[in-house]
Amino acid sequence: MTERRDGPRAGREAAAVEGGRLALVASPHLKSPDSTPRIMWTVTITLLPLVAMSTWVFGVNALLVISAAVLGAVGAERLLGAGGAIRDGSAALTGLLLGLTLPASLPLWMAVLGGGVGIGFGKLLFGGLGQNIFNPALVGRAFLQAAFPTALTTWPDPGQGWGIWTGDLFALPFFSGRVDAVTGATPLGLMKFEEVSTPVRDLFVGTTAGSLGETSALLIVIGGIYLAYRNYLNWRIPVSILAVVAGLSSAIHAIDPARFPGAPFMLFSGGLMLGAVYMATDMVTSPVTNSGAWIYGAGIGALVVLIRFWGGLPEGVMYAILFMNAFVPFIDRATQPRVFGTRRGAPA
Amino acid sequence: MIGLLEEWLRGGFRHGIHPPDHKEATSAVPIRRMPFPSEIVLPMRQHAGAPARLIVQPGQRVERGDKVGEPQGHVSVPIHASASGRVAAVEWCPHPDGSQAEAVRIEVDPHSAQIPRPRLVPRWEDLDADQVRAAVKEAGVVGLGGAAFPTHVKLQPPEGERVETLIVNGAECEPWLTSDHRVMVEHPERVHFGIRIMMQCLGTSKAVIGVERNKPDAVARLRETLPADLDIEVIALRVKYPQGAEKMLIRAVTGEEVPSGKLPVHVGTVVQNVGSIAAIAEVFETGYPLIERIVTVSGPGVVRPSNLVVPVGTRLRDVLAFCGGCTPDAREVLAGGPMMGAPQADLDAPVLKGTSGIVVLTDAEAKPSRVYPCIGCGHCLDACPVFLNPSLLGKEAQAGRYAEMEAHHLMDCMVCGSCSYVCPSNIPLSQIFALAKGALRREAGRRRAAESAAADGGKAA
Repeated sequence: MTERRDGPRAGREAAAVEGGRLALVASPHLKSPDSTPRIMWTVTITLLPLVAMSTWVFGVNALLVISAAVLGAVGAERLLGAGGAIRDGSAALTGLLLGLTLPASLPLWMAVLGGGVGIGFGKLLFGGLGQNIFNPALVGRAFLQAAFPTALTTWPDPGQGWGIWTGDLFALPFFSGRVDAVTGATPLGLMKFEEVSTPVRDLFVGTTAGSLGETSALLIVIGGIYLAYRNYLNWRIPVSILAVVAGLSSAIHAIDPARFPGAPFMLFSGGLMLGAVYMATDMVTSPVTNSGAWIYGAGIGALVVLIRFWGGLPEGVMYAILFMNAFVPFIDRATQPRVFGTRRGAPA
Repeated sequence: MIGLLEEWLRGGFRHGIHPPDHKEATSAVPIRRMPFPSEIVLPMRQHAGAPARLIVQPGQRVERGDKVGEPQGHVSVPIHASASGRVAAVEWCPHPDGSQAEAVRIEVDPHSAQIPRPRLVPRWEDLDADQVRAAVKEAGVVGLGGAAFPTHVKLQPPEGERVETLIVNGAECEPWLTSDHRVMVEHPERVHFGIRIMMQCLGTSKAVIGVERNKPDAVARLRETLPADLDIEVIALRVKYPQGAEKMLIRAVTGEEVPSGKLPVHVGTVVQNVGSIAAIAEVFETGYPLIERIVTVSGPGVVRPSNLVVPVGTRLRDVLAFCGGCTPDAREVLAGGPMMGAPQADLDAPVLKGTSGIVVLTDAEAKPSRVYPCIGCGHCLDACPVFLNPSLLGKEAQAGRYAEMEAHHLMDCMVCGSCSYVCPSNIPLSQIFALAKGALRREAGRRRAAESAAADGGKAA
């Protein structure tokens, strides 16, 4: 500071802000209240009704499976990740999303392992939050599907009451006992292998066999609309996925109605709603540009129809999303925004 | 009905953000005059372009309105004494941009009547366009919105370009600032007179005043007082930051985009802020050069938020003291608004011609926030008014790939701060971009110097 003169007013008035109190921070000095932890926790909270719904439909073991997946994810973040990364909520969210894709009878140790693999291999290996290419929850789920195909496709029937402990819930690691639960086929499985259709109303409300969180389309849509309103998810992604699935399946259904189900069944069955609203919209693994979001969503929608109709599996949402995740860097590069005052395609 | 719809569609640009405007603190507070402080500091560097050259000696007596600095070159203006007194020193003073600047310190004569010599600026009615430009330059008039670009340069469109529309910037989109708002409410005729002067000078027949809709009283007053013989339209614009940025305002008013790297005149427009236009009018009305300006002093850290007429060169400390001082939890003093204003380390820095406001923030706003990695939410792409990809640019900056940033139009960034405002991971994007732009400019300067040296060497050989 320069030598101060002692004018009549000098020093007295603004003294409150001096004495080393003046902060020097670069502009802007205002900040929107949104933050990364707030986004993660808000998404988590919108999933809680789904957790409650699955507990109501599948019994307490649903809650246990989901908790186990969260435990695995958070534990991996704690053991392998940088300190303090748990409070941002991203690991808990990954675990919760993974848990919602699992069947209620899954042995708990598998759920823990899936959460750990999702965070460890799906996220931390790439460098942690913001660096991963593939949706970590789906990486965990894909791992489980490959490692334990039977356990992952054993769907207990819904509505067997609250306190039921079905299947091998407490089986020791690598000991899978006999399956003694009352199992039911998923609507997609029924359709694919037995060509039996399930009423769309049951699908919409969620009282059908399947993964924990994929049963109630209604709750997922409500959560999605809220998140889109808060701008915590890019609405273009679910809208384009659902539009392409509806359009493509209607067209194919029109050609062979006996073999291929129509749009309402396709939209509300399986993991499509959960995938379109909560998985495909993961900010890290989806495009940053809005035009990219349309392309990405359309690609997922087309792949879902392709896999469900002609693939070897009854459900294809997980692989469709993981496949399109891989293209996100290219989509982003190809859809750079047109800079103000330039023409699209003009040399930079 | 269709007219209303049209007006609504017209009144905006794409993207941008909606920060809380906080204008209620001073939007209804009439402009008051601040008493002369005991001393004035006048830096020679107050405007865009070349700084003025000192022409006074320590010990010399100056009257209010006397020139203390001469312009150097075309893009430069003189500096005038804003109070009568004795030149106490020619020294370095803290500049609001954080540097030090050569300045004249004047000890204000407490017994002076502070009346300038009569008619330092001639009557406008007797002048032709060239003489008006010369008079505007001699009066030291610059844009008062912040950039302080010399007004006489704007009044002279480049060879071969025609100005169709004069766009008057009454957006005042920075939160807390209300000085332009109060000018429009209290002195609408002065705004219209300034527009008349500029239109005559530019040879345009049409002017549009763009005002954001959060200032309905300003829109009403400007419409009530429209002169019958001029084609002036007052447009109510949607409230959005940064509406007051030149290119955004042109887009909002005319629907046209100024090409990247070009000036507004390429789409037939000149943009001038209302405060500056009122200042032009005032200069010709009173005959005094630009020696004072209207400053909003506001923010949660100020005891009495006010709109003040402040002599240019008054120290920030003295202005704050006149407003009752700062609250005990005051933490940051900004010259300008909270989005683009510069934080002050030293309250001895003076109010300059381009200082539109002094905003004092408290601990609550100045709280440092934790930075998270980019999660690719894309909010910054939706906020950027020039459609850049701040997310990508930020990652490139982190990797030190400045050349790629340039290829991705970094130089179109005007550091408005919208991306930083929305970033949920609190990444200081606009600060990173300001640094990168500076580095690229310095590098370009070095390259040019090396090239011209090589060319000279070639000639010598």
